[in-house]
Amino acid sequence: MNLTAIKVIYFNEMLRFWKTLFQSVASPVISTALYFVVFGSAIGSRIENIEGVSYGLFIVPGLTMLSVLTQSISNASFGIFFPKFTGTIYELLSAPVSFYETLIGYVGAAATKSLILATIILATANLFVDLNIAHPFWMLGFLVLTCIAFSLFGFIIGLWADNFEKLQIIPLLIITPLVFLGGSFYSISMLPDLWQKVTLFNPVLYLVSGFRWSFFEVSDVSVGISLFMVFLFLAICIAIIAWMFRTGYKLKQ
Amino acid sequence: MDSIISIKGLSKTYNSGFEALKTVDLEINRGEILALLGPNGAGKTTLISSICGIISPSSGSVTVDGFDIISDFRKTRSMIGLVPQELTLGAFDTVWGTVRFSRGLFGAKRDDAYLEQLLKDLSLFDKKDSEIRALSGGMKRRVLIAKALSHEPKVLFLDEPTAGVDVELRKDMWKIVNKLCNQGVTIILTTHYIEEAEEIAERVGVISNGELLLVEKKDELMESLGKKQLLIDLKEPVKKIPSILEKYNIELNEEGTQISYTYVVKDETADVSEVLHEITNSGLLLKDLKVEQSSLEDIFVDLVKEES
Repeated sequence: MNLTAIKVIYFNEMLRFWKTLFQSVASPVISTALYFVVFGSAIGSRIENIEGVSYGLFIVPGLTMLSVLTQSISNASFGIFFPKFTGTIYELLSAPVSFYETLIGYVGAAATKSLILATIILATANLFVDLNIAHPFWMLGFLVLTCIAFSLFGFIIGLWADNFEKLQIIPLLIITPLVFLGGSFYSISMLPDLWQKVTLFNPVLYLVSGFRWSFFEVSDVSVGISLFMVFLFLAICIAIIAWMFRTGYKLKQ
Repeated sequence: MDSIISIKGLSKTYNSGFEALKTVDLEINRGEILALLGPNGAGKTTLISSICGIISPSSGSVTVDGFDIISDFRKTRSMIGLVPQELTLGAFDTVWGTVRFSRGLFGAKRDDAYLEQLLKDLSLFDKKDSEIRALSGGMKRRVLIAKALSHEPKVLFLDEPTAGVDVELRKDMWKIVNKLCNQGVTIILTTHYIEEAEEIAERVGVISNGELLLVEKKDELMESLGKKQLLIDLKEPVKKIPSILEKYNIELNEEGTQISYTYVVKDETADVSEVLHEITNSGLLLKDLKVEQSSLEDIFVDLVKEES
């Protein structure tokens, strides 16, 4: 195991984050604040409590997930796409580093960044609403697993993409709609029967639901299923990556 | 001689179907400077990339210091440094940051004193905190060399190191190459500047169309394939070569003032003294004579032409 290599990849990626700290922090803080002003205060004041939770409070987990998912994907995909794009990948390929060490370095850094962002978003949310977390341990568990799972997913996209358009298309066309339709801003019990059933096919629902449960003990599906789905998603990503590694997919000719 | 890199039956066909390397066999000796010459697209970079792990060879095997490049990739890759042809660097990294990154990536322990000396040797130390995008092309090339040497490799690959580089840097580079060679580092370089191969390399390999046409000691190559030309200025111009000289490979220039005798140095049948004797006997009056030797470039051009 080339631990030194994992360390330098990880810190090099984190350095990129610190260098753009202002953008990295300002954008989620501003967008969270905007959501709170629009949904929490302006519209939220006219919406009644959902399962005993005020609307402003109810959207916090979904809002956090929205940022965690998109940021994990964009950080991890950009992290590995950029060396491919500039050609500096030659160094990684010629170094005594295995694919898994590369993966741990890049995905570890992307997941860490998402975790930092989630913390900032929750802290910002706390300025608008009085946030009480019922199960902090579970909350952290869901958060960490989601950060890792979607950073892995982002890494896959970064390997697959051979241009900037492909890099953007999945977060934009698939992830964002799934998050919005996955009960981030509403409880699926508010939907008609048919749409409730359709929503059950949306994997993001399980993430948001489990995460929300750890805050308010309120959920759309049971926590066990949520946890299972997170692990399932993790397992699928790892399986895809293992296949990519075996075949050298898009990395080596 | 002790070989450090052993290449056996190495071939590479890209997914597109392009056969970039056709069964290459090559032994690279420990501590030597080997120059690989070949036109664009000959397979030089493919050969280097296969050894370094950037592309997977289609067949064949390579060992570095006795270790297989696939099953023992950690050992082989940590022994190798590569300076790529293109100026591929992260624009926003600092010189110091990127060199330290490279050292770590190759699993070497942190050693700031070594890296500091390395940057000084490459006249990069005063730029150590500059971002790469602020550097000139020549400076970027130096950074690439620093990165390749950051983990103290035993083998250094330089892929067209002097392409687009000014005279000063080129001289610096050869100084570094010589210094490394004295330290026992094996150096393999590809170049278009044949006079450089002639000047610096001990052995020369010629690649064309994915095939290694030959690998020979530079002096032997020059000797075996090198032609010499004996040029003789005549006191009085003549219209044609005297008939007794016709059996030799002798030509007369247009003005009739100079004859030239071309011969291959190693050719046993060529006897310069006999030819000179015959020339004097033929009644030609000699004014002056000189001998010209073909350069590696002439040899190279002849070889590649023959091939195609």
